[in-house]
Amino acid sequence: MLEWIQQPWPWYVAGPLIGLLVPVLLLIGNKSLGISSSLRHICAACLPAGIPFFKYNWKKEVWNLFFVAGVVGGGFLAATFLSPSDPVIVNEKLLQELQGYGITNHDNLIPSELFNWPALLTLKGLILMVAGGFLVGFGTRYAGGCTSGHSIMGMSNLQFSSLIATICFMAGGFIMANLILPLILQL
Amino acid sequence: MNPSIKETNTDFETRSLDAVCVNSSDLSHPWWFNLKYLAAGLIFGIILTKAEVISWFRIQEMFRLQSFHMFGVIGSAVAVGALSVFLIKKFHIKTIYGEEVDLPERPFNKGQVIGGLLFGFGWAMTGACPGPLFAQIGTGATVVIVTLVSAITGTWVYGLLRDKLPH
Repeated sequence: MLEWIQQPWPWYVAGPLIGLLVPVLLLIGNKSLGISSSLRHICAACLPAGIPFFKYNWKKEVWNLFFVAGVVGGGFLAATFLSPSDPVIVNEKLLQELQGYGITNHDNLIPSELFNWPALLTLKGLILMVAGGFLVGFGTRYAGGCTSGHSIMGMSNLQFSSLIATICFMAGGFIMANLILPLILQL
Repeated sequence: MNPSIKETNTDFETRSLDAVCVNSSDLSHPWWFNLKYLAAGLIFGIILTKAEVISWFRIQEMFRLQSFHMFGVIGSAVAVGALSVFLIKKFHIKTIYGEEVDLPERPFNKGQVIGGLLFGFGWAMTGACPGPLFAQIGTGATVVIVTLVSAITGTWVYGLLRDKLPH
């Protein structure tokens, strides 16, 4: 049993479980699944700076901060107790492509050659981590939600705007991964 | 269906424009009631990590059409979520506190296109959407804290520039 749990979970196990979080959150407290709003609540709590967008009663939304704290804890539990130490299985073609950029280590879910503290001092690391993170925070708020809030929750509610948002998330990802990222990784 | 973006009632704004993941409950409870969301988050974090949704490699495979995994995860999650929402609406299932389940409509605006594309860029660069950012930190990738702080900064800058951006 534990051995099975320790393997990476297939999509047909993980996807339905994630989908079940939608009714669970709705029924245990009328909450819509979402993550990116937590970033807004953190802004509202820490540095509202008189900006109207951050002037609201964030304490009413504090459940969302508990939720993301749980996600951090879940990552810790899964990585510490539920994971084998085998390298991550990666598509052959992708491995070859990455090799061309000198990325060969796939021991972890996050390529340690790209994402590490010293890399922050390189242009490539700055772009990937700092600029990339900025786009995640700016883009999700501009779009009004992220993969959880729009793609899972919004689409579960058959919401047109969430479908548009999801298509644009994907389009942006395809453009970046295939056309722009290769240039960044060459740096 | 046509709420003005310039609306200054911030309660309205929290609930409509940025309406994903809002608290739709009118009840107020002691703080420790929130521990159930901590538990739900723990489960979400474990699933995201075990399904390797938080993996930079899985995200790259998705955007290169080299693997079905991520499409399968999102697709089956939506299928189960949609069926659940349908059943909740059809049978008027109430919350455990007897409240009506509230599913506010999110109107379309240009932000979903422009913001969506920008987030897509960031998603492919960092290999993480907001949920996985938190989970990645939990797995011990401490440098992702920088990415998260940067994402919070991005959200803050959006709030600052919001009136000047097309919606």
